Amino acid sequence: MNAGRRYPVLIALLAVLTLALFLLSLTIGPAGIAFAESMKALFSDKADGVALIMREIRLPRALLGLMIGATLGLSGAVLQGYLRNPLAEPGLLGISASASLGAVLAIYTGLSAAFLLALPLAALAGAVAAVLVVQAIAGQRGGALLVILAGIAISSFAGAMTSLALNLSPNPFAAVEIMFWMLGSLTDRSMTHVWLAAPFMLVGWAMLGSLGRALDALTLGSETAATMGVELRKVQFLAVFGTAAGVGAATAVAGAIGFVGLVVPHILRPLVGARPSRLLPASALGGASMVLAADTLVRILAPERDLKLGVLTAIVGAPFFLWLVFRTRRSLL
Amino acid sequence: MTLLSVKNLVVELGLRPVLNGLDFAVRPGEFVGLIGPNGAGKSTLLRSVLGLVPARGEVRLSGEEAAATSARLRATRAAYLAQEREIAWAVPVEMVVALGRSPHRPGLAALTEKDRAAVDAAMRRMDIEAFRNRIATELSGGEKARVLVARALAQDTPLLLADEPTAGLDPAHQIALMRLFSSLAADGKSVVASLHDLGLAARWCSRLILLDKGRIVADGLPSTVLTPENLRAIYGVDAFFGEAHGAPIVHPLDLATPG
Repeated sequence: MNAGRRYPVLIALLAVLTLALFLLSLTIGPAGIAFAESMKALFSDKADGVALIMREIRLPRALLGLMIGATLGLSGAVLQGYLRNPLAEPGLLGISASASLGAVLAIYTGLSAAFLLALPLAALAGAVAAVLVVQAIAGQRGGALLVILAGIAISSFAGAMTSLALNLSPNPFAAVEIMFWMLGSLTDRSMTHVWLAAPFMLVGWAMLGSLGRALDALTLGSETAATMGVELRKVQFLAVFGTAAGVGAATAVAGAIGFVGLVVPHILRPLVGARPSRLLPASALGGASMVLAADTLVRILAPERDLKLGVLTAIVGAPFFLWLVFRTRRSLL
Repeated sequence: MTLLSVKNLVVELGLRPVLNGLDFAVRPGEFVGLIGPNGAGKSTLLRSVLGLVPARGEVRLSGEEAAATSARLRATRAAYLAQEREIAWAVPVEMVVALGRSPHRPGLAALTEKDRAAVDAAMRRMDIEAFRNRIATELSGGEKARVLVARALAQDTPLLLADEPTAGLDPAHQIALMRLFSSLAADGKSVVASLHDLGLAARWCSRLILLDKGRIVADGLPSTVLTPENLRAIYGVDAFFGEAHGAPIVHPLDLATPG
């Protein structure tokens, strides 16, 4: 079937899938609440136990899963299109690593225990620092290669500083807390986290979402794109800062969740006829579905053990990615 | 009116001057061959005209200063055919050609009737209609080259700048491409193409600009630029000069003997 006619169907299917997984995420948890009852509680004015669980525990968790997944999928698709490299992912810019470092420092110094928002705010500060350094190194004229190299350098440095914090950690509890936070999770998040992350993510989505047409043109290389009217500097600014706003906020509230931004655009690319602009909405929905599914799965698989979301996405994502590479290799031979 | 005018163009990469104050103008209906040895500055000249490398001096496209116009407006005045035939994703041929319409489309607007007509015309001209729905990355080198030429034609600009467009093409496709460029010139558009094949340059271009070490050494009709003296001094080769079917033949024979 023609990719042009297939596309709206694909988007509709992904939207339905995302909605279904969002509802599933709302209805699965240690407190066994029936579907009808949980939905009723969500929209009622009553303040009983069920309503409290729905509004204060499950709703923020499902909303964050939706928002973070969409952010990771969208920024992965944008970065792959911008860098013209199917191996690009949000972590490549050093934003996840620096946001993690900010959070780790908040835990290490005890700030995070002092007030609730210290950790996410410190993580956001880390993301901002990373993006400023990347932009300064990549410079005004820009260049995809410089962006990648700067990102790798920042990731390594932030990783080293995180190790140092673990190394010098004042007590084993802080070290364990740091380790657990870095694994990435949506457990015990509140609506405060949603409200903190939402504005940054919305700005990030707007910036990344505006790049569709430019990414299409970049298919033919950056110089040809420039001669077709693409302002390369503007594209670089939007891609880098959009990713920083979205992924910085995601990491700030949930820790580093790997593989979503890498794998989701990869899976969906053939289904949208490889067109970068069409991949953006598809990948945002796909990312949301994947994180919602994974976050529901950790609750089903090990309800008592607090299995971390980031661990699951990596355990499922890495072998899957290996299979994708294997399949690509076969088509290259 | 000139489609392209360049005054005192200077480009430095690092401390090394690559172009040393070039002056020339291209009028409608010209097919200009840009020739010169490797490293003479041919590609740099094309790229600096398009604002892809920082340059000093004045570049005017359709009479207006290029540096002062937006990338989008510039893209309606000059199209560029890069030397590297890069297609990053496995997209259909038709989409690649339609990318040429992007400077003409506001915001997220869909392709209009006029856009579709331009895309169809470009594909017909390059004889690639048959593989409109094929995946561009799976084409042969020659087919890919034709798709990318069609993409540049779809941009529908008065001026086309092409960097070694004939490289890697078989003789039939090289000649077809040269024919296409001269027919564009006959339609009142202009083409500036850097070329290494002096035979093609001699037969098909209406004018040649010979570059060496970042300077224009000769500029004019092929017969006045391609002289035994110039070929020996600039390229260091001796060549056969002849004529067939009313057009000149130039074929390099051997390295020039000193003295």
